Amino acid sequence: MLLSVENLTVRIGKVEPLSGLSFTLDRGEILGLVGESGSGKSLTAMAVTGLLPLIGGRISAGSVVFDGTDLAALPEARLRPYRGKRIALVTQNPMTALDPVQRVGDQVDIMARLHLGMDAKAARARTVDLLNRLRIPESRTVCDAYPHQLSGGMKQRIVIAMALAAEPDLIVADEPTTALDVTVQAQIIHILGELVRERGLALMLITHDMGVVAQVCDRVAVLYAGRLAETREAGPLFARPRHPYTRALIDCIPREGMAPGSLTGIPGLVPSVAQYPAGCRFHPRCLHADAACQQVPEARPQADGGSVSCHHPMEADHG
Amino acid sequence: MLDYILRRVLLLVPVFLAVSVIIFLILHLIPGDPVDNLLRVGSNAEARARIEAKYGLDRPLVVQYGIWLANLVQGDLGSSIITRRPVSTMIAQVLPNSLMLGGFALLFSTIFGVIFGVIAATWRDRWPDQMLMGGVLLGSTLPSFWLGLLLILTFSVQLGWFPVSGARGWESLVLPVLTIGLGGMALVARVTRVAMVEAAGRDFVLLLHAKGLSPTHIRLRHVLRHAMIPVVTILALRIGWVLGGAVTVEYVFARPGLGLTLIKALAQHDYPVVQACLLMLAIAVMLGTLLGDILQALMDPRVRSALT
Repeated sequence: MLLSVENLTVRIGKVEPLSGLSFTLDRGEILGLVGESGSGKSLTAMAVTGLLPLIGGRISAGSVVFDGTDLAALPEARLRPYRGKRIALVTQNPMTALDPVQRVGDQVDIMARLHLGMDAKAARARTVDLLNRLRIPESRTVCDAYPHQLSGGMKQRIVIAMALAAEPDLIVADEPTTALDVTVQAQIIHILGELVRERGLALMLITHDMGVVAQVCDRVAVLYAGRLAETREAGPLFARPRHPYTRALIDCIPREGMAPGSLTGIPGLVPSVAQYPAGCRFHPRCLHADAACQQVPEARPQADGGSVSCHHPMEADHG
Repeated sequence: MLDYILRRVLLLVPVFLAVSVIIFLILHLIPGDPVDNLLRVGSNAEARARIEAKYGLDRPLVVQYGIWLANLVQGDLGSSIITRRPVSTMIAQVLPNSLMLGGFALLFSTIFGVIFGVIAATWRDRWPDQMLMGGVLLGSTLPSFWLGLLLILTFSVQLGWFPVSGARGWESLVLPVLTIGLGGMALVARVTRVAMVEAAGRDFVLLLHAKGLSPTHIRLRHVLRHAMIPVVTILALRIGWVLGGAVTVEYVFARPGLGLTLIKALAQHDYPVVQACLLMLAIAVMLGTLLGDILQALMDPRVRSALT
């Protein structure tokens, strides 16, 4: 197993926005990490890439075992060689992800120079090659452009090129398409999926778009309010969701043949970190909640290899 | 870029004309008449008219302005009413002193201000930051004339390392440069620190960390570059101030300079000299702003794009 996260708990100051998260991810696999805003998806990305200290957070319990090494136990200096070289990050907003005063070619080149020890010329050749493969037209000219001269979709491809340049084993993509047009979204997701199949790297795709998850992910981990609600293979998850929250998320995907106005949302909001309810954190918004839900549900292993944290998992076939 | 510089320079022409009108008029609007200074006590109206005619003061203002401007662009700044020497010679004598003092003071405040700002931002809220920012607060609140006197007392009178006053040789430059430069250094250090803290919080810096770059590389090659943009603007605006505003320091160190010349001429109602000094300061401010704009365009590609 390339990445194995066990009981990951994150603290920022006095609050604990992420508690007891466990999941695994292997090479050639795409794991979808889904949930509404504020459920702890981005924090998971920061924890896996070792960037929590930058936002004043820390891993307070659990382990992040990457290729046999527990990253949670490493000091910053020994963590850095992993970043960029073995674990790459693609951030949410391509508009602000690149240094506005540096040419984009140089921003990609540095990866090969830093991590692969290439000289400037070899690194540039590699960058151009990479941009070509990401289907960026006139890649040589683009290298000399500044970020503000490129479109959002183009910038996100540059960020992806940056992530790929040092040939990492794992890419953590934090909502890579949220800030982009729908047409560009599909292209970027397609490119990412292709890379995983071609190169056998592992992709952790963080998104709140269940449609995207259904398209490309092999497995899915559903987060709610800093806890794992359900994690399973994508096929069975979409066919027979067992956690009421997963079911509600799936019901939010518009489908063909739906009557206008029949699309339902999930009533209520994700509680803020300071106001997490006791017991199952979803119970105030859950249709099936009863007295048992005042207790924290344990993760119940499933026959198909996943797990569900719910006192009343759904049995009926969905759809 | 060259196109931009050219356009920016051309834009200075109307500004220069407007400034020249104001400088020309201000002195005619303030009370006091230099002719009074030239007349012997008890002179009659005829003598006054003769002197007025000699300096062209009897003609309409518009004509006076036209003559003044025409002479000005030819480098003729007129003659001092008091000393009767050509103003251009007087300016040529004091301007190098002011430029040298201002230039070195700016250089000093830039180099040390940026270094201290970077150190403070790097160890933010820890003892190096608190110590430096404490010093900066002191540096920016001490009146420069008092600081100058203090420096003279310590380094000239007690230690005897530098001359007390004058403008002869390099030694005489050290204390005045320190006096002006320390205030500027405090300002630059503060702006650098704030700009670095702000830039370090930007989105792209997170991704730079994720790329595996070392914190020092990120701080100096990326964050500092962004932080320098506001610092350059501040420094450019300070050029004019350092040339003219150094007057108290010139006074304390008895250093002939533009500021001192201006104050003296003002007291004597010496129109041509006052005008020339003000003009030099206005030109310094204009060139400073121009330099700041050009540097900013060089440092930030987004500014360059906005121009074309």
